[in-house]
Amino acid sequence: MSEPARERGRAWFRALTGRSTPMRGDPASVLTADVPLGEDQARFLCVVSDPNGRFPRARHGEVGLEEGYTLASRVREVVEADKNGHKRPIIPLVDVRSQAYGRREEIAAIYLVAAAAADAYGTARLAGHPVIALIVGHAISGGFLAHGYQANRILAFDDPGVVIHAMHKEAAARVTRRSVESLEALGKSILPLSYDIHDYAKLGLLHKLLHIEHPDAPHPTEIERVRHELIAATAEARRGPRDLSNRLQSHEAQTSRAATILVRRKLEEQWKAD
Amino acid sequence: MDTYEFDFPATRKVTHRAHVGVVGSGDLEVLLEPSQGMQAHVKIRTNVTGFRDTWKAVLDRFFSRYNGAVAIEINDAGATPGNVLLRLEQAVEGSEHE
Amino acid sequence: MNESMSKVGARPVEQPAFLQRQSFIEMNARERARSFFDPGTERELVGPFDRVESPWLALQDVTPQSDDGCIVMKGKIGGEAAVVIALEGAFQGGSMGEVSGAKLTAALDLACADNENGIKTYAILQLETGGVRLQEANLGLAVIAEIIGSLLALREHAPVVCVTAGSVGCFGGMSLVAGLASYLMMTREGRLGMNGPEVIEQEAGIEEFNSKNRALIWGIHGGKQRYETGLVDALVDDNVGQVVDAVREFLRRGVPSVHRSAQIDLLQRRIAMLDPSHQWEPAELREFWTRQEVL
Repeated sequence: MSEPARERGRAWFRALTGRSTPMRGDPASVLTADVPLGEDQARFLCVVSDPNGRFPRARHGEVGLEEGYTLASRVREVVEADKNGHKRPIIPLVDVRSQAYGRREEIAAIYLVAAAAADAYGTARLAGHPVIALIVGHAISGGFLAHGYQANRILAFDDPGVVIHAMHKEAAARVTRRSVESLEALGKSILPLSYDIHDYAKLGLLHKLLHIEHPDAPHPTEIERVRHELIAATAEARRGPRDLSNRLQSHEAQTSRAATILVRRKLEEQWKAD
Repeated sequence: MDTYEFDFPATRKVTHRAHVGVVGSGDLEVLLEPSQGMQAHVKIRTNVTGFRDTWKAVLDRFFSRYNGAVAIEINDAGATPGNVLLRLEQAVEGSEHE
Repeated sequence: MNESMSKVGARPVEQPAFLQRQSFIEMNARERARSFFDPGTERELVGPFDRVESPWLALQDVTPQSDDGCIVMKGKIGGEAAVVIALEGAFQGGSMGEVSGAKLTAALDLACADNENGIKTYAILQLETGGVRLQEANLGLAVIAEIIGSLLALREHAPVVCVTAGSVGCFGGMSLVAGLASYLMMTREGRLGMNGPEVIEQEAGIEEFNSKNRALIWGIHGGKQRYETGLVDALVDDNVGQVVDAVREFLRRGVPSVHRSAQIDLLQRRIAMLDPSHQWEPAELREFWTRQEVL
């Protein structure tokens, strides 16, 4: 795992918000900031590494026990604050290794903490907040389910350092008892298995793939471009429904998720035939 | 994956379809439906390759006692011949009751 | 105080006595799904004969199942409309693929739409699943995100009851779905967690978690431990009658005033009170996290 990738979240958080510290009382692994984004005031959130974190298995940018409830808390805070007014955009910046793998996490019900984070983001979206995820690095498994996957729109950098998947290559190789090379080869012929962001884009779940020359060290013109894309995605999210139906309406989804579309049509027909 | 198809003679119509089993390791599912003409047709899909003759033998045995005009589909994940026969019998029983 | 004056459970369960005593765990998913309904009211949707299978498995030498391991049944429970979605743990560990996930999502969406049109419709999820089906990786993960979205929308209208009985348990991304339930029910044999023992041992080493230690596994993930620590709403015996009665009771209670996954202050307090300098024994956690707390 290339370590520089774990600092991308932090770098882009600072680039987009000018801030680099957690809010008061929060663990150092969750950065939250409220800054202008176009005509809105937006809340940016990012999970980053914290080598001094309280939980030994959550020190490298994983979504662990503290990260999960902190995300949930900071998202719910804006839902509550905006409850009778204009719904500000919520921007999860995603560079998460995965959920935290540990005995403490399991016994202390990390599944519920991850659920709470997903709940908060999903609830915000259903309440009318545009939730726009920007994937700058890794978006893996439970970490991504908790932080980013409930977004109205998902943007990602077009870069080999961006990996969206259900399980890291090395772990997947161990579990399936294959070599990493053979997993990569399989991904070339079976689209949902690929670790390549271009193949992920063909699933139709991404709003946009952004080509960025300097993904590890944000440059001013590129920062401005990213802000512009976030503003555009926010406007589009406001115009559309609050559910996740746009993911199935993309051009790519018509082929790569044809079975899903068929299932939905058949189930609806049969449901109604009472 | 191997796919096999076999035909057998039939002498009576079958009215109800039936489904049994689960495609778990060592198990199989059977979908049984009335067939169009007066014959039985079996299609097998299995990820355990190279056992066409064994399947033929099992089906020969089954159809030596069964004469329904059925279209049978089997999705197999390594069931033993004994298990295959059991599931086929369960499917037949299912098709003979509402 | 819940506003939805549900009529559910007004009539006694009209199942034969022998069925009520039967093992729930020994039933396959279809039998489990059927057991919840007022007898004769249920029908399966997009079932085996529709043959909507995974498009991805045969390519990888895995025999597909005609229902992709997800059974959707619609019918009446206590006279009211309900949909039961049951995952077949014996097929690919009950894991979520494109089709099984699409069936689950669509069922939740249709139940939600009916509720919005004034037809109260409950959803019961019978979760025996390891999470994402690795042979469908990114589509499995994406569909779990969609299930989460659909569940959040539905549970505002009608309670969503999740049942995990064993023997597979509920793991991976689907554990978040269990965490979002309006009501969660388990047996002692059932297990619930994000990562199973083998994965923890593989990723963190055997000193962290010995995946052969059965007592430890159930002490961490088992239904009784989850119940005693206030994370599960009912712990039932492996008995169809008890499972079904408990579900009906939850439907009668209606939508909870606050869902467990929305109680952030409580979650935060619970984690803050733990000292991570050592591993906690199951008994130790039960002292800190009790059922007495409102959850």
